Amino acid sequence: MKFRIQRFDPDRDAKPYFKEYDLEPGPSDRMLLDALVRIKAMDDSLALRRSCREGVCGSDAMSINGKNGLACTTKLADLPNVVTLRPLAGLPIIRDLVVDMTLFFQQYHSVKPYVIDDDPMPERERLQTPGEREQLDGLYECILCACCSTSCPSFWWNPDKFVGPAGLLQAYRFIADSRDKATNERLDDLEDPYRLFRCHTIMNCVDVCPKGLNPTLAIGRIRELLVKRAV
Amino acid sequence: MTLPVRKFDAVIVGAGGSGLRAALELSHSGLRVAVLTKVFPTRSHTVAAQGGIGAALGNMGEDSWLWHMYDTIKGSDYLGDQDAIEFMCRMAPEVVIELEHYGMPFDRNENGTIYQRPFGGHSANFGEKPVQRSSCAADRTGHAMLHTLYQRNVQAKTQFFVEWMALDLVRAPDGQVLGVTALEMETGDIVLFQAKATLFATGGAGRIFASSTNAFINTGDGLGMAARAGLPLEDMEFWQFHPTGVAGAGVLITEGVRGEGGYLLNKSGERFMERYAPTMKDLASRDVVSRAMATEIKEGRGVGEHADHVLLKLDHLGLETIEKRLPGIREIAIKFANVDPVKEPIPVVPTVHYQMGGIPTNFHGEVVTPMNGNLEAPVPGFYAAGECGCASIHGANRLGTNSLTDLLVMGKSAGQAMIEFIRKGGIAHRELPAGAGDLSLARVARLDGQAGGEDVHEVRSEIQRTMQAHCGVFRFPDLLQHGVDKIRALSGRVARTQIRDKSRVFNTARVEALELDNLIETARATMVSALARQESRGAHDRSDFHKRDDVNWLKHTLWFRDGDRLEYKPVHLKPLTVESFEPKARVY
Repeated sequence: MKFRIQRFDPDRDAKPYFKEYDLEPGPSDRMLLDALVRIKAMDDSLALRRSCREGVCGSDAMSINGKNGLACTTKLADLPNVVTLRPLAGLPIIRDLVVDMTLFFQQYHSVKPYVIDDDPMPERERLQTPGEREQLDGLYECILCACCSTSCPSFWWNPDKFVGPAGLLQAYRFIADSRDKATNERLDDLEDPYRLFRCHTIMNCVDVCPKGLNPTLAIGRIRELLVKRAV
Repeated sequence: MTLPVRKFDAVIVGAGGSGLRAALELSHSGLRVAVLTKVFPTRSHTVAAQGGIGAALGNMGEDSWLWHMYDTIKGSDYLGDQDAIEFMCRMAPEVVIELEHYGMPFDRNENGTIYQRPFGGHSANFGEKPVQRSSCAADRTGHAMLHTLYQRNVQAKTQFFVEWMALDLVRAPDGQVLGVTALEMETGDIVLFQAKATLFATGGAGRIFASSTNAFINTGDGLGMAARAGLPLEDMEFWQFHPTGVAGAGVLITEGVRGEGGYLLNKSGERFMERYAPTMKDLASRDVVSRAMATEIKEGRGVGEHADHVLLKLDHLGLETIEKRLPGIREIAIKFANVDPVKEPIPVVPTVHYQMGGIPTNFHGEVVTPMNGNLEAPVPGFYAAGECGCASIHGANRLGTNSLTDLLVMGKSAGQAMIEFIRKGGIAHRELPAGAGDLSLARVARLDGQAGGEDVHEVRSEIQRTMQAHCGVFRFPDLLQHGVDKIRALSGRVARTQIRDKSRVFNTARVEALELDNLIETARATMVSALARQESRGAHDRSDFHKRDDVNWLKHTLWFRDGDRLEYKPVHLKPLTVESFEPKARVY
């Protein structure tokens, strides 16, 4: 197989370029990350993030033949013979496949991603029915890999003003939580031409999410709540 | 050259479960705390924990912390310190309830309480029958817990230094710990973080083995730093092989599968655990199940072309239960084993998972070391919690779910102990010794200057293959002796590694070379301690000493880097308030 990997080291390179690596995957190389680890053994200057290698830590998101995904859960067998890898789009490149995720995390933090409930806590757990808890399924599983936000044209244009699909999915995760008491404040915060309404339902986010989550649906739910609140 | 210095009241190294739990205590106290982490906090390996958190909430029926304590002591094969175990089991319900108050998305019962599932080694009434004690969020408990703790820290405005790798401890001449040096990966800068109290929450070192459920980042950084600073490592011969890693891939399949009713089959389709553990069957302790599986495979009853694994059957649970309770497992099995467990069993094999040993501490998280005749003298200003610490709660074998319980209880306890220590010590930081930071600068300078030398990837692979072949589920004296020789030779090669990449910016070749310095200390501690322990206890199974030997070996190992010296210290058999659980035969 041939791997074309976008390289850039600000210490040495004036601009990004592609470097090609030929590698025949061995029998134990199942995933793209296995191949990248072998490439890195040949060329230790290749920079990428990786950790859990099972699709749960969210470190190794990248653009794989033009589509964002996790290297550790992308099967080599499902890839064509030539694989082009680029860093996630729309965020500054630190080096090679490593991007600066500061703006992404700022947007995540901006939705106050924690249950707000100023009442004194009971001695035991707060009760929640299985039905109420089910409302969080498809939301809490987000791994903050940024595949969705960095495939969203609205986020590319306004990463400082548009919360983006990942942040909005989490905004809804706390709105949907029966234990959270701040729905109104959360809706106030999102009722803004940029923060929420830059979403034009292009749905790239849904297409690329490696966990099969649906940020567009969550964004739709927030919009519905805003409409309901207005009438 | 002197390093730039940044001063904080407290520095925490590592942002997994225990680091984040401790950080919350410190942030809420108003002290200035810095959390250094080599990956963004939610990428820490706690994220991969699946099955649950052990705590006697009693939500599913009668339960008690005393039963949990008994199970943990028995699970530890009586090597666990009973004061620390009592402390953890009593505190467990409180920290789980706190986690719910923090917003953790626990699964729920019809009455609204937290759902709990059965788990290996957890029993009612001192071993009578399995009990439902594991509080969970489907099979993504670690993910839900780590994100919840991170989110609370965002709310508490904890100061994080993300993608900073700690390099070395800074100690005063009298031994007090004064902080750490750390490398900022993005810029290559090295800074000294001066602190009145320093906590290591750096996780385990499962990457010393070739096949491991552990993440790439689990390289034993805290252990390497402690060892280089002259502190011992405790009970490093005890490594847990999780029964169910995906064969060939090593990825974890939670014991929660068996908790929900799944079971193991050999090539004849026999549910073989009934032979090994008549009462608890597939829910016996992990060391027991892993040995049973390895025995089945060794005796020719394995499955597959090479008869090298067994099968985990769960299709009888039905699509609905699997989708509701084990959705992540289904995803992993489809991706990494090419089987849909709704229809087919998953090929599994015992896989290295957890390090029971670590930096010796008491149950306050204070690091302790032999000094002036006291075998457990606290090292002022130094704390360790989570997998890198050894309190010792897990002894020779950890029970499933107790790792997350340990993170919460010990993280909180260490945080509180640090606050008390800092408040007692007054306003000023102690003066740094001359040459603080020299070791780190020398290590990095050697790497940058080294032309020609050993390849990091090759040396690391050789360490991993050696540990795998010489220090597995069953241990043989000749293999161990040979393993010690090989690992010592590899230590020499680690000192001569070279990196071709000399860039300052996000140089992961440099990071991996620095990690290797930590990996090798952990590997050596493990091999040397394993060769010395002439008995079989918990996860340590010697072919030449097949029985547990309480007369000679009911004691903790302390390995010192200098000359691979070993010392031993007694097990705390006296709990805090209840009667001791005397060692007896371990039957499941």
